[in-house]
Amino acid sequence: MSVIGTRPANRLSLLAAAFVIARRDFQAVLFSRSFFFFLLGPLFPLLIAGLAGGVGEKMNASVRQPQLGVALPATEVDALIGAQHALSVQLGDAVPQLLVLKRLGAQEAFDPRAALTPGVHADVAAVLTGTLQRPVLTGTRGQIEQWRGPVGLLAAAAIQGVPGPPPTVVLQGTVSSGASDRKGQMLTAQAAQTLLFLLTMLLAGMVLSNLVEEKGNKVIEILAAAIPMDAVFLGKLFAMLGVSFVGIAVWGSTAGLFTLATGGAAGGQIAALPTPAIGWPALFALGVIYFAMAYLLIGSVFLAIGSLAATVREVQTLSMPATMMQLVVFFLASYAMTQPGGRAETFAVIFPFSSPYAMLARAAQQPGLGQHVLAIGWQALCVMVMVRAGSRMFRKRVMKSGPSGVKRKGLFARLRRRRA
Amino acid sequence: MNAEIEEARAPGNVAAPDLGPGLGASDRAARPLAIEARGLIKRFDGFTAVDGVDLSVPEGAVYGILGPNGAGKTTTLRMLLGIIDPDQGYRRILGADKPHDVARAIGYLPEERGLYPSMKAYEAIAFIGALRGLPLKEGRRRGRELLEAHGLGYAADRQIRQMSKGMAQQVQILGTLVHRPRLVILDEPFSGLDALNQGKLETVIRNLAAEGTTVIFSTHVIAHAERLCDEVAIIAGGKVPFAGPVDVARDRIPPQVRLETRAEDGPWRAALPADARHEGRHWYFALPATGIEPLLRSLIEGDAGILSLSIERAGLHDAFVAIAGEAAARALEAATPEEEGK
Repeated sequence: MSVIGTRPANRLSLLAAAFVIARRDFQAVLFSRSFFFFLLGPLFPLLIAGLAGGVGEKMNASVRQPQLGVALPATEVDALIGAQHALSVQLGDAVPQLLVLKRLGAQEAFDPRAALTPGVHADVAAVLTGTLQRPVLTGTRGQIEQWRGPVGLLAAAAIQGVPGPPPTVVLQGTVSSGASDRKGQMLTAQAAQTLLFLLTMLLAGMVLSNLVEEKGNKVIEILAAAIPMDAVFLGKLFAMLGVSFVGIAVWGSTAGLFTLATGGAAGGQIAALPTPAIGWPALFALGVIYFAMAYLLIGSVFLAIGSLAATVREVQTLSMPATMMQLVVFFLASYAMTQPGGRAETFAVIFPFSSPYAMLARAAQQPGLGQHVLAIGWQALCVMVMVRAGSRMFRKRVMKSGPSGVKRKGLFARLRRRRA
Repeated sequence: MNAEIEEARAPGNVAAPDLGPGLGASDRAARPLAIEARGLIKRFDGFTAVDGVDLSVPEGAVYGILGPNGAGKTTTLRMLLGIIDPDQGYRRILGADKPHDVARAIGYLPEERGLYPSMKAYEAIAFIGALRGLPLKEGRRRGRELLEAHGLGYAADRQIRQMSKGMAQQVQILGTLVHRPRLVILDEPFSGLDALNQGKLETVIRNLAAEGTTVIFSTHVIAHAERLCDEVAIIAGGKVPFAGPVDVARDRIPPQVRLETRAEDGPWRAALPADARHEGRHWYFALPATGIEPLLRSLIEGDAGILSLSIERAGLHDAFVAIAGEAAARALEAATPEEEGK
C-alpha cells in the first residue's frame, strides 16, 4: 500500500465538516423510501380533514331542527302560525319552527313538562303555553333563554298583525372592512402556524430516526473521531432542512399544477385571503426562515434526546414528552395570536421554541420588518446554544466503554442507579 | 561434549530481534512524540475505566496497546482521539492539545466497525476520507485504487450491505488510510478477520511503518503485538503497569535455560538453582545472575554429560504475565479466539 504523497494537515472547518455530513445525509434521505413517505405526509392531514368534513356535514344533515311545541287556545294558534310564516321570510332560522301540540279549549289545562318528557315528542325543545298576551315558555334553561326574544316577537306579531313588506335594502359590497381584514389575517396567521408546526414535527421525527439509525450502524464513532460533534449535529440538521425544502418545492409545484388543472379555482381561493400586514412576498420569505428556525430548534432537542437514549424504545419514550411540549408550544403561540401586545404574546415571542410561530403570526397581523430581524437573530443564537448543548451531551453520553455492565445500561438504569 | 549452546537474543550479548524499523534507546530519545499522554483518568457512572494512564509514542513507531477486554484500551484510544474528554490528565497528539485540530493527519479504525449499509465500497472509503479533509472526487479515485490494490476491485461498486463482515471490515480499514495519515490508530484491527486477512493486515501495518507512519493498535492477542510492535503498553484494570519497548518488557523476566544431560544424577545437580524444574529429559530454570559460564563450568566438572543447553529469551506472553499478573493473562487468553492467536 502506498502512503507516499502529500500529507494534509490541520482540520476541516466547522462548516466544511458539517457540509460533509449534510451532503451524505441529504443524498441518503433523498433516495430513500422515507423521503417518499415524507412527500406523502401532507396528504394525510388533508385526507383526514376531508373525511372529518364529510362526516360532519353528514351529521349536520341528519340532525333535525328543534321545534317549539305550541299548546295555546285554539283561536290563538292560527294567528301564531301566520305570524311565524310571515316572520320566517324575513328572519329565517332565527324564528323557531312550530309544532302544534294541542289546540286548547276554554279552561282546558296542558302540562308542558309532560310534553317535554323524553320519547314523547323527539324534536320539541321547548313548549309555549299560556296565552299570546301572557305566553309561558317551558324548556331547558339554555333553550328558553335563546327563544325568549323570538317567541315574544311572534306573540306580538300574532296579536298586532305582521308588519307590511319591508322597504328594499340596496346592497353595496366592499372587498374588506377593518373587522373582516383582521379576522382574515388571523386566519392566514393560523394557517401559516399550523403548516409550520406540521412540517416541523415531521422533520424532527426524521432527524431523530436518522440519528438512531446512525447509532445502530456504529458509524457515529467514525464521525466523532474525525470532526467535532457540533459539525455532525449541524450537518444532520441542515441535511434534513435541505430535504424539507425539496419537499416544499415538490408540494408547491404540485399545488401549482393542481391550480392550473382546476382552472385557477384553488389560486382564486388563496387570492381571496386578505393581504398579510407585511405583504405576501415578505410573509413567504419569513415563513421559510421561521420554518427553518422552528425546525432547527426542535431538531436540536430531538438530537439531544437521541444522544440520551441507548435504545430505540428509549428514544420513543423520551421523544413523547418533547412532542407534547411542542404541542403545548403550538397552542401557546395560537393563543398568543389572539392577544396581540398581551403578556402571553410577549412570552410566546421571546420563548425560543414558540418564537418562530408567534413571529410568523405577527408577520401576518402587524407591519414592520425590524422586529423580525431581531427575532431571527435571537432564534439563531438559541439554535447555536441548543446544538452545542446537544453535542456536548452526546459526547458525554454516547461514547462509553468499559465492562458490559457499565456501558450497555440505558438512561433509566442510570437514573435508577443514581437514585439508589 | 556435544553441547549446543543457543544464546539467542540473550541480554547484553545478542542483537535485538528484527522487527522491522525498530527503535533503539538513542533512536527513541531522538524522535519526537506522536502521542504523549499523562495521568489520563476516565470514570463512567462511578466506574473508573481508565486510571492514570501515561503513554509516550514516538513518531514512526508501531505501538501496541495490549490488554484483556474491559481493560480500558478503547476508552484510552477514544480519549487520545478526542472522541471523549478525560476527567483528568492531558494528552497531546501530533503536537496538538485538541485532537480534532490535527484530524486530517489521523486515521482511525474503531473497535465497533460501522459503515452506511447503502453506500458502495468506494464511496464509503471516499466518505471516510472526506471526513478527514480529502476532496470527495479524489477520495473516490483513491478508493477504487485501494480496493483494486487489495484484491477487492471487483467489489468496488457493491453496497456494504451486500458484503461479508470481513470484506466490509477491509473496506473500512482502507477508508482509514485513504487520506494518507501520519498517525493511524486501530482499535482491535485483527478481530473479525480470518487468518489470511490478518496476515494481509500485518503486511499493511509493516508497510505503513516502513513509510514512516506511526501506527498504534490495541489488541488482546499477544502474538500480533509481539510480531509487529516496537513498543507496547500493557493495560489492565484501567492502569498501565508497563509502557516501553517490547525488548524491555521481555527483559523483565530473566532468560530461561533449557538443559539436557546424559547423567540423571550426580554432583552437578548442586550447581542447578533450587527452583529448577525437571520435565522429561530436560531441566528448566532462570539464567542465574552470575551468567552462564560459572554454571557451565560446574556442570562439566560435575560430569553432567551435557547433551544440549539453550538459553531462551522470555516471550511477550511471559512478560505480560509477570507485569499484569496471572488474572489479566487468563482474561487475555479467554478473550483470544483460536484463529486470532495465530
